[in-house]
Amino acid sequence: MSKLSATYSTLLNRWQTLTAYRYFLPVFIVAGLLFSIAATRLEILDQYVQLILIYVGINIILTVSLNLINGYMGEFSVGHAGFMAIGAYIASILTVNVFPQASVDFLFPAAVLAGGIGAALIGFLVAIPSFKTRGDYLAIVTLAFGMIVKSGLENIDAVGGPRGFMGMDKLTTLPWVFFWTVLSVWVIRNLVYSKFGRGILSIREDEIAASLMSINTRQVKIIAFVVSSFFAGIAGGLFAHALQFINPRMFDILKSTDILIMVYLGGIASIAGSIIGAVIYTILLEVLRPLGIWRMVLMPLMLVLLMIYRPRGIMGLREAKMFVPLRDLLLVKILRQKKKEADNASA
Amino acid sequence: MPLLEAKNITHRFEGLCAVADFNFSLAPNELVGIIGPNGAGKTTLFNLITGVYRATEGTIQFAGEELVGQTPHSINRLGIARTFQNIRLFKELTVLDNVRIAYYGKIIYNPAEALLHIGRFRAEEKRIANMAMDLLAIFKLDDMADIAAGSLPYGLQRKLEIARALATGPKLLLLDEPAAGMNQSEIETLMKFIHWIKKTFQLTIILIEHQMRLVMGICERLVVLDFGATIAEGLPSEIQNNPKVMEAYLGEEVVS
Repeated sequence: MSKLSATYSTLLNRWQTLTAYRYFLPVFIVAGLLFSIAATRLEILDQYVQLILIYVGINIILTVSLNLINGYMGEFSVGHAGFMAIGAYIASILTVNVFPQASVDFLFPAAVLAGGIGAALIGFLVAIPSFKTRGDYLAIVTLAFGMIVKSGLENIDAVGGPRGFMGMDKLTTLPWVFFWTVLSVWVIRNLVYSKFGRGILSIREDEIAASLMSINTRQVKIIAFVVSSFFAGIAGGLFAHALQFINPRMFDILKSTDILIMVYLGGIASIAGSIIGAVIYTILLEVLRPLGIWRMVLMPLMLVLLMIYRPRGIMGLREAKMFVPLRDLLLVKILRQKKKEADNASA
Repeated sequence: MPLLEAKNITHRFEGLCAVADFNFSLAPNELVGIIGPNGAGKTTLFNLITGVYRATEGTIQFAGEELVGQTPHSINRLGIARTFQNIRLFKELTVLDNVRIAYYGKIIYNPAEALLHIGRFRAEEKRIANMAMDLLAIFKLDDMADIAAGSLPYGLQRKLEIARALATGPKLLLLDEPAAGMNQSEIETLMKFIHWIKKTFQLTIILIEHQMRLVMGICERLVVLDFGATIAEGLPSEIQNNPKVMEAYLGEEVVS
């Protein structure tokens, strides 16, 4: 046992040294992109593994974006699948009915982007009740929002109603998923380490105190909801074009619950946690597939145990150094050094 | 011209009249104390000035601007900051972040620049980090810049709360029971400290306090509240011997 934990800590140390290396992230991104292109073109990975990796990426986007609301801002949104549905339907309608079939490959990113923008606009509307409603009550509002989206889609015959919508080409490839995942992680990290991100955190800590410290809480909430729902919409567009078929039932409360589980499994208010949560949950569900129905007994049981022993999730309120901008990581050190130099100069 | 002028302020919570026809005027650079028994409406008054509550009736003017109906953050940007009776720091966040958050209104970049870390972002973040660290250095809190605010000892949490309020650049500072939970020697230090920040930051201060030693020691003028109405106003020495005040604090029988 002690040997195992020793190996674990050496590995952790190596990983930390590696990620602290300045060129790690750029190298990782380029390598990841090249690998994902190679995997698709040269068929290094079989289709099944590729599909799982695609789901991992989509789930990372969903988890990181929901964490912005539930973790960083401390609210409880249960309507994330609703935003995903909006993105999925908008992107699908565009690729199937609007864009010319000849150039649909080329226009796919635009369709995904349009889905994100559509979801972001609706996210703006959902932010408005959050001005006055908090906690459990805001959770009910987002729950209602999810239901409205689902029953709304079921009643629009033009998109197939309850039968669903199909005809999408399999446009979601590994490189595209990799691109959108890196983009969403990067943008959300940027937001968190900015004045708006600190505003989001201060709303979690104490909203009244925040508003008395010059924070425009309405502006901050709008930004959080818009960015969060934008990326949920992106994930929806990718999801629709990976599965090539969508129906309203796919985006019901159970889907939102899945995303919530990944957020709380990985840990609130942590980008590293969101990624870990999404990866573990998605892969475990696949690995445990042979267990059939027992899978749905084992997974919740693991969650209960996790919540007992690590109530804040694997990385709750902690961040891996690789996701903290260098400036913030070294800020206090640099400022102290400066002060010391200034003191020495005056003495 | 008074810095702050409240006229006929009345505030009711569902029939309970917390503040009744309150009138008050404050000159620049004054240090005024508000005292009164528990439930007299002192904190409600702070909440009305800072926009947490909206006054049912009356007007509050600050440097020529009407405050009633404005949001807390816009009132703060006009130059009013406060601390709280029960410390309300952002406990999970670092000391530095507590102060950086309070610079929100002074950081100039838009959401797009924040999302992509481009444009004015870098320069502004650098400027604010330096300002925050300088402010912490003034309060000798810079050595603790990277620890969670909630893990500071009680006295330093009070200090940090004042530093955070000052980061917003106020002209008027409202202190809600700054001496709560302090012993006599700590109160002595606090009195010097309040004088010092008043001078250093050119502040006008209103403070709510139960500690008579502090109030009598530093306030230039006192307002006594009971049941939401002013029952006495004047120099500390006048208030000390006012029969109405003794009655409010000690009860009728004792006085008679």
